Amino acid sequence: MTTTTLAVLVPLLPFLGAAAGLLLGRRIPGLVRPLAVLPTLTALVLAVLVAVRQGGDRPVDAATELTPTGSVPIELALHIDGFAALVAVLVGVVASCVQIYSTGYLRDDPRYPSYAALVSLFTSAMLLVVYSGDLMVLLVGWEIMGICSYFLVGHYWETPEARAASLKAFLVTKLGDVPFLIGLFALAADAGSFRVTTILATVADGGLDHPTLIALLLLAGVAGKSAQFPLHTWLPDAMAGPTPVSALIHAATMVAAGVYFVARLLPVFAASGAALVVLAVMAAVTMAGSALAALAQDDIKRVLAYSTIGQLGYMTGALAVGDRGAAVFHLLSHGAFKALLFLTAGVIIHAAGTNSLAAMSRMKGLRDRVPDAYWTMTVALLALAAIPPFSGFFSKEAVLGAAEHTATGHAASVPTAAGWIVLVAGLLTALLTAAYATRLWLLAFHGRGADAPDHGKQPLAMTAVLWVLAVPSLAFGTAVGVLPDWFDGRSLSPTLTTSVLGTGLAFGGALVTYGAWRHTTALAARVPMGAVAVSPDGDGGQVEAEAIASHAPAYGDVASAHDPADPGRLLLGPLHRHAAAGFRLDAVYAALFVRPVQAAARLVRFLDREVVETYVRGAGTAPRWLGTAVRRAQTGNVQTYLSALLAGTVVLAVAAVLVATAGA
Amino acid sequence: MHLHLAYPAVLAALLFCVGLYGVLARRNAILVLMSVELMLNAVNLNLVAFDVWLRDSLHAGQALTLFVIAIAAAEIGIGLAIVLAVYRNRGTSAVDALRDTAEPSAPDESQEAQEPDDSQEPQQSQQSPQSQKAEATA
Amino acid sequence: MTFAAATAVSAAKTAGTAETHGFLSPTGVEIAFLLVGLVTLGAAVITVTTRQLVHAALWLVVALGGLAVEYLLLTAEFIAWVQVLIYVGSVVVLLLFGLMLTRAPIGRSPDADSGNRPVALAVAAAAAAALVWVVVDAFRTTVIDLDGAAQGSTDVTGSVLFRHWVLPFEALSVLLLAALVGAIVLSRKTAKGTPAPEGDR
Repeated sequence: MTTTTLAVLVPLLPFLGAAAGLLLGRRIPGLVRPLAVLPTLTALVLAVLVAVRQGGDRPVDAATELTPTGSVPIELALHIDGFAALVAVLVGVVASCVQIYSTGYLRDDPRYPSYAALVSLFTSAMLLVVYSGDLMVLLVGWEIMGICSYFLVGHYWETPEARAASLKAFLVTKLGDVPFLIGLFALAADAGSFRVTTILATVADGGLDHPTLIALLLLAGVAGKSAQFPLHTWLPDAMAGPTPVSALIHAATMVAAGVYFVARLLPVFAASGAALVVLAVMAAVTMAGSALAALAQDDIKRVLAYSTIGQLGYMTGALAVGDRGAAVFHLLSHGAFKALLFLTAGVIIHAAGTNSLAAMSRMKGLRDRVPDAYWTMTVALLALAAIPPFSGFFSKEAVLGAAEHTATGHAASVPTAAGWIVLVAGLLTALLTAAYATRLWLLAFHGRGADAPDHGKQPLAMTAVLWVLAVPSLAFGTAVGVLPDWFDGRSLSPTLTTSVLGTGLAFGGALVTYGAWRHTTALAARVPMGAVAVSPDGDGGQVEAEAIASHAPAYGDVASAHDPADPGRLLLGPLHRHAAAGFRLDAVYAALFVRPVQAAARLVRFLDREVVETYVRGAGTAPRWLGTAVRRAQTGNVQTYLSALLAGTVVLAVAAVLVATAGA
Repeated sequence: MHLHLAYPAVLAALLFCVGLYGVLARRNAILVLMSVELMLNAVNLNLVAFDVWLRDSLHAGQALTLFVIAIAAAEIGIGLAIVLAVYRNRGTSAVDALRDTAEPSAPDESQEAQEPDDSQEPQQSQQSPQSQKAEATA
Repeated sequence: MTFAAATAVSAAKTAGTAETHGFLSPTGVEIAFLLVGLVTLGAAVITVTTRQLVHAALWLVVALGGLAVEYLLLTAEFIAWVQVLIYVGSVVVLLLFGLMLTRAPIGRSPDADSGNRPVALAVAAAAAAALVWVVVDAFRTTVIDLDGAAQGSTDVTGSVLFRHWVLPFEALSVLLLAALVGAIVLSRKTAKGTPAPEGDR
């Protein structure tokens, strides 16, 4: 088979799996698991084959035009360069791990068939986005991902949190998608094509008329999809979905699609210095703010969600300084270790029966209950905190190195301001990242108090994939020498200055957090807390749904808990209150958008109920009165009827005679 | 000898209207039937008068008059049978007492004005028992 | 238009057959017709207005008999006799039977007229005015020539009826049979088992 055929099969197989799963899932329950796992695994194998064959050489391009579409043609096109090949492999790996993990996590879920099919459909859409060489086709995958995300976040639609979160995720990403679509049209109008290759060629010739406008419009969509400030607020709430979904969609792949999109069209953005500065500011605010917020969260998954936002901020930062190799490198390593973090979080929630760090910090021996999760999470957290020699260190240093490279003025066409912004914010975030990673690790695994509940061994399907993902988290950094061949050829090796600075800050953050934890942990015994879900024998999904549903009733808020033993509270001081609430951005949105919309809706409702309805009622009342009047004639007396009939006849006869004689 | 056509024509018209008045004004069903006979006869007079005037070779007017007389006889037989059946069942032969097809009376109307969606089916069946109706038509 | 056409035809006819005849110089037939007509109309009016039900039937006899005389004046002898035989002989007798069977009150009954009387009067008056106006307007100058052989003798009527109208005549017999059967069915007593309602004879 040619590489093109293989590449076409990669998104097609999960799609067929999804269709088959939806059609047959109800009737043949035995087929659901194979239909979920096997197409994804096959797609992974094919993606690896495609990557091997492509090998970082010249991009594979293939296109076929199904039908003429007017002035700007839309083609079914593939454009597989090193970025696409490697990201597709990442998507395949994470999707396969998540599908296998889900068979255990949602073992008893009655909606597992549709869940698995949606995950497959999502995988297919993501692979389509990755491989597509035509922006319209990319947009199709982009929107399918959005709708899959909506459905999967709302998987536990019985809980109000999940319903609200799915709607929020959908609406906020759509808010970005509208300018994104307009940006795509503007880009295609300027370049005369939706084909990536044509657009890049046009940009190289300087043929783009409105680079800043296009770049900013596209950035809105990227910010929505990749959860960048100010459109990031949907991502923490999206944690109301099942953990495997969070791992796949809201950590490793879909949220990275925005970054991937920018990476693919980086020359378009690089054509506008203003766009790069905006991107840098966006990345910096996102990084620092989300890291502060992560330090204050109580829900373990919300910590990870904010961490995801921050790491995505690193990627956009790398793009802002014009180094897409570093961005995609971080995307790949982050995809692996963040998926691992979420999957271990799922195991921990299942084992502890709660998603609250405050409650976990009052449990002894949680790490002995879930040793696999303990060790793999430790690896993943080290990678997250960018401690050498874990993968996160290399990818993050690549980003910081690129920022330093730009800040010192070595990069042409990229403003040095962007470099400085990204570098400073990145270093600050490195400190904070290490701090919240340490806090998470200490609170989750080093609790004191009553023994953690024993739910027996975790399913093999869940623990095995943790180790599979732990391997790249641990060792992906070794690829640092090979990766430039796949990417633009720029070196990704860590530079000394940033390495020392970054690692030093990370160690500093970890140590400070440890100190704070030692200080506060004594308080933990004094303030008993705990909310433990009540179905110890349920599968992971059920426990998680109950934990999320019981968090707000137990602690008064989905995000934070009033736990004085939390080291984050000590570290953040007065900032803690705001950080826990995501710096009140939701309140701002509520005031700016939600309330006006609701007021408008109330107005429309009033107009409909009171004004339009009045007309409708009047239209009904008038005939009814008329009918009442006419009904009085309905006396039942035959003579009356006959009188009326004959009177009418006489009138008609006279009229006829009059007309006839008048005509004569 | 001759005769103005206007005489029989006007007499027929007046007789017809007298019969019409009787049909509309009389209460007893048998009196109504009598009035119908008057109307039929007015038509007959017209038919004969025009037949004679036109000197129709087929004498269609007279033939039709005979047919009308026969049909009137049949009508009176059937009509009386119906009147008798109604009288047996209702105890009256007054035309304006047979009001089964009337709309519900005023109190029902005001209630319906308040609740327009209320079905009026049950009210109607209360108003006029089905069994009685069935007997009347049997 | 039709009336106008009819008027034109009649005018031509009149001009061809006889000199113009005025209403102010009536012939003997006209005088007789007028007198009998007045009696007939008066009897009809009393029929529909009297409060004594049996009297109404008897005045109907007068009205129908008057019509029979009018038929005779129009030289339709056969129809006149049929009128006497069927209407006066059978129909009125039937009606009287009906009155008796429904226990119609003998003497003045105050409720002989329904509440619809004013409306009925108005409709009838309007109809009468319209009809008389139209008829007079159309046939003011038309004259029936009654000379020659009688047009409605038994001979003529019989030959016409059985030569040209025999099929409708036979169809009419079937209708009469159906009416006969229908009348019997309708006037049969209700099925046994159900209690005989009030007013049973």
